[in-house]
Amino acid sequence: MNKQLRNDIDLPTHFMTDEQQALADQAGKFFFSEFHHLNAEMDDTDDLPASVFPKLGEMGYLGLNVPPEFGGAGLDFTSACIITEQLSRSSAAIGLTHVAHDNLCVNNIYRNANDDLRRKYLPGLCNGTLIGALGLTEPGAGSDALGSMRTTAKKDGDDYILNGAKIYITNGPIADLVLVYAKTSPEKGAKGISAFIVETDTPGFKVAQKLNKMGFRGSPTGELVFEDCRVPAKNMVGKLDGGVAVTMSGLDLERAIVCFNALGIAQRALDISIDYAKTRQQFGKPIASFQMVQAMLADMYTRIEAARSLSLKTVAMCEGLEEGEGGRGEIHKLTAAAIFKAAEVTSFVLDKAVQIHGGSGYMRDTEVNRLYRTGRVLEVGAGTQEVRKLIISGELLKN
Amino acid sequence: MTSQNEPATAALDAIRANYSLTDEQRQIVDHVDRVSREVLYPLQARMDAEEWWPDDLFKQMGELGLLGITAPEDLGGSGQNEFTQALVSEVISKWNPAVGLSHGAHDNLCLNNLLRNGSEEQVKKYVPGLCSGELVGALGLTEPGAGSDALGSMATTARRDGDDYIINGSKIYITNGPIADVVLLYAKTDKSKGAKGISAFIIETDNPGFKVAQKLDKMGFRGSPTGELVFEDCRVPASAMLGAENSGVSVVMSGLDLERAMVASVCVGMADRALELGLEYAKIREQFGKPISSFQMMQSKLAEIYTEVETARSFSYRALAACVGLPKGAGGRGEIHKLTAAACLYAGEAFNKAVTEACHIHGGSGYMQDTEINRLFRANKLLEIGAGTSEVRKIIIAEELLRA
Repeated sequence: MNKQLRNDIDLPTHFMTDEQQALADQAGKFFFSEFHHLNAEMDDTDDLPASVFPKLGEMGYLGLNVPPEFGGAGLDFTSACIITEQLSRSSAAIGLTHVAHDNLCVNNIYRNANDDLRRKYLPGLCNGTLIGALGLTEPGAGSDALGSMRTTAKKDGDDYILNGAKIYITNGPIADLVLVYAKTSPEKGAKGISAFIVETDTPGFKVAQKLNKMGFRGSPTGELVFEDCRVPAKNMVGKLDGGVAVTMSGLDLERAIVCFNALGIAQRALDISIDYAKTRQQFGKPIASFQMVQAMLADMYTRIEAARSLSLKTVAMCEGLEEGEGGRGEIHKLTAAAIFKAAEVTSFVLDKAVQIHGGSGYMRDTEVNRLYRTGRVLEVGAGTQEVRKLIISGELLKN
Repeated sequence: MTSQNEPATAALDAIRANYSLTDEQRQIVDHVDRVSREVLYPLQARMDAEEWWPDDLFKQMGELGLLGITAPEDLGGSGQNEFTQALVSEVISKWNPAVGLSHGAHDNLCLNNLLRNGSEEQVKKYVPGLCSGELVGALGLTEPGAGSDALGSMATTARRDGDDYIINGSKIYITNGPIADVVLLYAKTDKSKGAKGISAFIIETDNPGFKVAQKLDKMGFRGSPTGELVFEDCRVPASAMLGAENSGVSVVMSGLDLERAMVASVCVGMADRALELGLEYAKIREQFGKPISSFQMMQSKLAEIYTEVETARSFSYRALAACVGLPKGAGGRGEIHKLTAAACLYAGEAFNKAVTEACHIHGGSGYMQDTEINRLFRANKLLEIGAGTSEVRKIIIAEELLRA
C-alpha cells in the first residue's frame, strides 16, 4: 500500500508533508526571533505588547484558514495547527491570544457569517488592525455553558439589546470585536442561543475587569459586561436561535487546535529540559547521565509523541468539516479525546520538566516555571477534562 | 476547511490515509476479523486452562491466509507490507491474544526477519513452508543470563568447524520454541568482538544437538507455547548462517524496531477488546437500580480507556508507517529507533491502564480466572517486558534524545 506516500512525507520526524515541515520551520524561526524575548516582561506586566498583532498580520499569520479574498492566508486546518504549535513553543501567551483571535473568533466568523459580515470584519482581523475574542463562558455558566447561559439578546426594531456578563475571555480587555453568544429565546434553553458580532466601542459594552492569572500572563483575560448594549440585527452570525450549532462545531475545532497550543508548550519544556540535563553537573557528571533523569526525558518524549499522533490524526479528520457539522458523533468524541490527552500529557511533561530543573525550576522568572504555570488551564479551558470525558462517554454509550 | 492549495490537499489525504486504512487493508482486516472471531476466539478458554496449543492450528492459519503476510505471493505469502502485517496482528490478538503472540513470533520475528536478511536459497527453502503453516517458526535471542543486556551477555556460541558451525548454549522464554520446526537463532561467532561478534543462523529443530529443555508455565498468553531451548554441540552447515558472519547485530536491531512497532499493535488490539468488554459490561450490569454506565465514575473510566486506545493506535500507526520500506539493515538507530521504542513503550502502558480499568469495571467477576477480561488482564504484564522492557525502551529513547 501507499508506496508513493513515503516520498511525500517526512514520516520519521513529524508525520507532516515537506511543505508543512517547511512552514513549521519558517514560522518557528520567525516566532522565536520576534517573540521569545518578550516572554519575561509579558509575564511580569501581564500586558501584550502592541506590536504583536500588526507583526503577525504583516507576516501572514492571521486569518490562517480564511481565504485570500477576505485577506486571510488560505491554509488548511492542519497547517494552522502546525503554526499554532510553533507560536506556542516560542511564546505560550502569544499562542493563546492568537488562537482565541484566529480560531475562536476569526475562523468562526468565516465559517458561519454571511458575506456582508465577512467582508466588513475579516480583512481587518486578518491584517492585525482588529483584535478578536469570543464570549461564551459566564460567571454562572462554565461547564454548563449553554444550559446556564444568562446573557440575553432581546429584539428591538432592527437591533438586539444585549444584557449579561462574560468571564475569563481571552483578549477581552484588548478586543475590537467579540463574537458573543446570547439567549434570543431563553425559553428554548440551549436551542434558543444566537451568536453576534459586538464591536467593543458600542455603548453598553464594558470591560468590567482585567483578570490576574497564574500563567499565560501577557495574554489579557477579562470580564465583559453588556448593559443594554444595542447591536444591529445584521450582526447576527448564523441563524436566529442557531447558535448551538455554531458553538458546538466551533468547540470541536477549538479542541483540535488547542491540542497544538499544548504540544508547543510541552515540546518547549522537553527541549529546555534536555539542554538543562546535558549542562547541569552533579556528582561530577551531567545529570543526563543518570538513569532516573533519562527515564523522565524518555517518558516526556513518548507522551508528547503519543499526544501528537492522536492530535495529528484528529486534525486530519477535521479537515473539510462542513459549517455546522461537528458537535456530535465520531469527530466530537475524537476531538474531546485528543485535547484530553494533550492536556494530560502537557501537565505531566511540565511537572517532570520542573523536576529536572530542580530548585531553579521553582523560581518564577525561569522559562520552565513560566511554562509550568500555563499547564493547569489546559485541563480546564475549552471544556474541563471532566466535560471532555462526558462527551467521550456520551458518544461511547450512545448506541 | 477547504484548502486553497491542491498539492497540499493531496498530501493531507496521504497523511489521513496512514491514519485510516486503504481499501485493500480494510478488506484484509475484515477477513481476519471474521475468521479470528469464528475460528480463534472459541479456542481461548481451553488454551488458557490447559496451556494447550491445537496441533494443526498453524496449518489452519495458513489455509485462512493469516501466515506470510509480508512474503511474496509466489512463495505463498500475501505480498503486503509490515503495516498490514501489524494490522493482522492487532486483529488476531484482539480475538485470541495467545494466538496473536504465536502468530507474531512466527510471521514477524522469524519469517519476516528471514525475508529481510536471508539469501535467495534460504528464502526459497523455508518461506513457502512457513507461509502454509507446514513449518512453525520461532526466534531465539534471550538467554537465562541475557535479558535486557541480550547482546552483551549472550553466552551461546557458534564455533566454525570445517564447513559447519557447532552451536552450544541455551535460549529461554522462546515463543513457539516447543513446537517450532525452524528457529532463527543468534549466537556469538567471535566472542572477542562482543555485540559485533554475533551471527544469525537458521536451525532446523530435528537437529540431534537441539533440545527443548522445558515448556514454561506462564501466567498469561497461555496456550502460546513458550520454552527453553538447549543446543549441545548442535552442528549446522555454514549455509545456515543468515547474513554475513558477525553481522547479527544489525539483523537483531533492525528486526527489534519492527518487532516493537508490531508489539504496539498487539497492545492496541487487546486494549480495543478491553474497551469493548468494559463498555458491554457497564451497559448491562445494574446496581442501585440502574446500569453502572449511568454513574460518572464509570463514564470517566470508559472515556479514559477510549482515549488510551485511540492514542496508542494513532501512535502505533504513525510508527508503523515510518517502518514501511525500511531498508535492509536500517533501523537500530536514529529517529525510527526512538519512535518505535516510544510507540511500544506507550502502547504497553496504555494497554496496562486500559485493561486494569476495564477489569475494575467488571468488579468481582473480573477477578475470576476464566473470564475473558481476566485473561486479558493476565496477558498485560508481558507487553511491558517482552521485546525490550519498558526500561530498555526508555534507555533507547533517552540515548537518541541526548545524542545531538
